[in-house]
Amino acid sequence: MTKPKKRHALSTRLWHWINVISVIVLFMSGLNISNAHRRLYWGDSGFAPEQAWLEVPRFPGWATIPDYYSLAAARDWHVVFSLVFGFSLLAFLVLALVNGHLKRDIFARAREWKPSNIWRDIREHLKFNFDHGEGKYNILQKIAYASVILVLIPLMIFTGMVMSPGMEAAWPWLTEVFGGRQSARSIHFLAAWGLFAFFVVHVLLVLASGPIKQIRDMITGGREP
Amino acid sequence: MKRRNFLVAGLGAFLAGCNEIGKSDWFGKVVDGAQGWHRGLHRALGGGRIPMAPEYTRADLSPYFRGNGSLTVDTDAYRAAEAEGFANWRLAVGGLVNNPGVLSMDDIRALPQRTQITRHDCVEGWSAIGEWTGPQLSQILEAAGVQPEANYIVFRCADNLNGSDYYESCDMDDAFHPQTIIAHELNGESLPVRNGAPLRLRIERQLGYKHAKYLTGIDAVASLDDIEGGNGGYWEDRGYQWYAGI
Repeated sequence: MTKPKKRHALSTRLWHWINVISVIVLFMSGLNISNAHRRLYWGDSGFAPEQAWLEVPRFPGWATIPDYYSLAAARDWHVVFSLVFGFSLLAFLVLALVNGHLKRDIFARAREWKPSNIWRDIREHLKFNFDHGEGKYNILQKIAYASVILVLIPLMIFTGMVMSPGMEAAWPWLTEVFGGRQSARSIHFLAAWGLFAFFVVHVLLVLASGPIKQIRDMITGGREP
Repeated sequence: MKRRNFLVAGLGAFLAGCNEIGKSDWFGKVVDGAQGWHRGLHRALGGGRIPMAPEYTRADLSPYFRGNGSLTVDTDAYRAAEAEGFANWRLAVGGLVNNPGVLSMDDIRALPQRTQITRHDCVEGWSAIGEWTGPQLSQILEAAGVQPEANYIVFRCADNLNGSDYYESCDMDDAFHPQTIIAHELNGESLPVRNGAPLRLRIERQLGYKHAKYLTGIDAVASLDDIEGGNGGYWEDRGYQWYAGI
């Protein structure tokens, strides 16, 4: 007798909970770092108000790690969890390629891209019906997960690497890809809020679709439906 | 309302926990370890060549070069030196070297010069591009003959920030890096006071606080433990990372 298949592989579950910690710590320590210089620029350089494209608000203590302004302490948290974040993504991607998770569950089939299917999916979501679509995830879920795993998180990591002058000396081409260090810093900030938006919608949809079962399955693995 | 209280209490407990962890000794060790990992990756990903900071053209120069930290040195001696155009400024070279000595500004200008247009990245997040000129630190160290027991170069500064003397340090990898220079010119003119006149360090693969200004001395040392706060720099003694390439 074969063991019943799990809904979530062990690597997916581990990565999920590691990410819960590292994304929260990186986001909140990042807001503290943002408070050190609240202007964003495009290009290689920038420091003066007239060069900025955006002045961001000062983030309050309850939203930052630590909960008082400390660039040094916030950088400590950021420097530690950036490694956790980066290497856990790398490990997850390798395992998800090997165990077929990406191909089977995340990448959409051609027929799922039909406007009629996407439109139907949007209507079902609006009716709070989340049990639909072929395979494990419906097309909106696939788009959301693929954007986070393959676009937003790698953007965070690579723009973060560009901002490290020691890293930049090793891979100067990466700075060019993003159009300069200050552009990378701006993209880092924007992608962080993109991840925040995903986080909020993700939590709300878990709450709306049976949170106890969803969270239990993400811990134990659950059973394939 | 109950749910809201629950969330607020949860966030409060989480932040209090982070504060406790952040102050603990073991987390300090984790941070030191992570710093070493970043540094190791930066060197390893260089692919065997000497990783160099990008250099720019004059078209990329910032309209002016911002000063930060100490913007001058608040002593009569410095004001007197400034009045005479720093003609008698001296840079002492000592510590674990075979030929300790003192370099005059003319000595420094007589050495082969390197001019580099590089980007200065402050730990706060901003960047400015400037053209720096000065001799490579490696030439000064080679002439002084650094002894094999020396592991670090310490940079002594004239400025005093909030009651403590500014200082910095780096390892031999950065000390002998081709882009590490003792700059006496910015954008083709003598270094302005706000940018560290008459001499400042340029250590291009690290953040701004490493680029010590108002240099008075260079020491080769075996350990940083007994210098000032023991962490290898003014900001390092205040919690910032010693390896500022991150």
